[in-house]
Amino acid sequence: MEAASKLDVESIRADFPILRRMIGDKPLAYLDSAATSQKPVQVVEAMRRFTDHSNANISRSVHTLGSEATEAYEGARAKVAAFIGAPSPDEVVFTKNSTEAINLLAYAFQNAAFDPSADPRFKLGPGDEIVVTEMEHHANLIPWQQLALRTGATLKWIGVTDHGRLDLGCVPEVITERCKVVSFTAVSNLLGTVNPTSQITARAREVGALVGLDASQSVPHIPVDVTELGVDFIAFTGHKMLGPTGIGVLWAKADLLDAMPPFLTGGSMIKTVTMEKTVFAPAPAKFEAGTPPIAEAVGLAAAVDYLDKLGMENVRNHEKELAGYMLEQLETVDGLEVVGPRVPIGRSATVSFTFEGVHPHDVGQVLDAEGIAVRVGHHCAKPVCDRFGVNATTRASGYVYNTREEIDRLVEALGQVRKVFG
Amino acid sequence: MNLDELYQEVILDHYKHPRGAGLREPFEGESHQVNPTCGDEITLRVHVEGDKVADVSYENVGCSISKASASVLYELVNGSTVDDALARLAEFTELMNSKGQAEGDEETLEDAVAFAGVSKYPMRVKCALLGWMAFKDALVRASTPGRTEA
Ligand SMILES: Cc1ncc(COP(=O)(O)O)c(C=O)c1O
Repeated sequence: MEAASKLDVESIRADFPILRRMIGDKPLAYLDSAATSQKPVQVVEAMRRFTDHSNANISRSVHTLGSEATEAYEGARAKVAAFIGAPSPDEVVFTKNSTEAINLLAYAFQNAAFDPSADPRFKLGPGDEIVVTEMEHHANLIPWQQLALRTGATLKWIGVTDHGRLDLGCVPEVITERCKVVSFTAVSNLLGTVNPTSQITARAREVGALVGLDASQSVPHIPVDVTELGVDFIAFTGHKMLGPTGIGVLWAKADLLDAMPPFLTGGSMIKTVTMEKTVFAPAPAKFEAGTPPIAEAVGLAAAVDYLDKLGMENVRNHEKELAGYMLEQLETVDGLEVVGPRVPIGRSATVSFTFEGVHPHDVGQVLDAEGIAVRVGHHCAKPVCDRFGVNATTRASGYVYNTREEIDRLVEALGQVRKVFG
Repeated sequence: MNLDELYQEVILDHYKHPRGAGLREPFEGESHQVNPTCGDEITLRVHVEGDKVADVSYENVGCSISKASASVLYELVNGSTVDDALARLAEFTELMNSKGQAEGDEETLEDAVAFAGVSKYPMRVKCALLGWMAFKDALVRASTPGRTEA
């Protein structure tokens, strides 16, 4: 038996004013949360309250506002840490987004290459290997590609099967004794695949490589506990989890953060400074040069509260149901082909598809005329598009506020697409 | 949203029955253009004889707007003088940048005036211009002997 959704979707929807928007004369059906989620009033309100009441720079002033702002910012860090099961808030580094979080990590390796005293775990050179997968978002591919290019290390990847799953059979060959770091996506933003992690992390451990996840599409949708996962780092982004844009997170184990050279340098990340040299502050401050996104951290904490209240187990079940319904309904559409796993097992509520004879741009345009917002294109995952021989796909993605009726509207509107381009 | 305004009959017709499609020899200039946001691609060749555009040939993948636009381009500039072709390019580009304010001159732009509605959809303007950008680039390459690929 499938667990019934325990989300009260109607009351959730009431928290999202944007969902009452009309697109022309059609009510909005927002099926693009994999690109960015909408924000509930609670998030916007928390940011407004902070801005109206406590706004100040952090860690710099003795005045009341300064200490309130610092408390709010550090409180957000603690909340995020608890949300992902991190042993300590100091392991949570705030960044601009996932992309910056992954770059921060890649640059730790790159900067270590210039530092003779750097921790050997971060030393990369010719002969060393970096491993990703063929289903990465460009955010978890290009930083590693660049790192390989600059250090002379080799970039390798785990392939994808015709069913849209990781080809785990080849893991022992791809991850070898020469591997220093494995970074792979927890959930594919294009295929919707939820990747099993244990086999890859175990193999990485076996060869002594660091291992982490691009958790951009998992933290918003499924319960994530970094201790349970047994990984070294994860990256995720606020705007996909009901939070604001402009804030993301790198979580990494404390001893790694200690060993990593900083990415950006400047104010707020130092212990002592002279004209000749600087001693860095301990993590997380070491990685947060400059004034951070303070109001955004407050917004992210409110988003975490909101998700906590819903219960991530319930969120997962709701989306599992949505995924099942989407796949079942979309499969009834003539000429439609799902790109990615076709069964709702190990799968998110993100479904990409092609529609015979009609380009995704045109599909998206006609759907928009029906008030339905989907994403079209390569979804910043070109290599996996190539893997499936498609230039672009149409992608519908669901979240806590989406309903079966919206899926029905999507399916009906696809009939409209057929009419225009038939 | 008025879909009919975007997907005019003329556009859908060019999309379904593209004129002049396929890559042909001879050619002096070739250009490959991609739209990085949607992955649309075109390879376009021009063959210039004296002051005339003697052939425009192309192969493309993309949406109805980008494919129809390449077909319309072929009809407009194939066999015209290079100067006239450049004038059409300027005119069409201006129409696409008009944000729905211009109608286009049917005397000179012919079927291409059907794209006037596209100019209201900023996300689609790039689609409509892709083939024209390739044409412009290929012409430049044709006048720079020895250079055909980027
Ligand atoms: C799997 C995955 N990784 C990384 C990102 C990048 O997120 P951001 O653009 O917020 O850095 C995204 C979202 O676009 C994503 O889906």
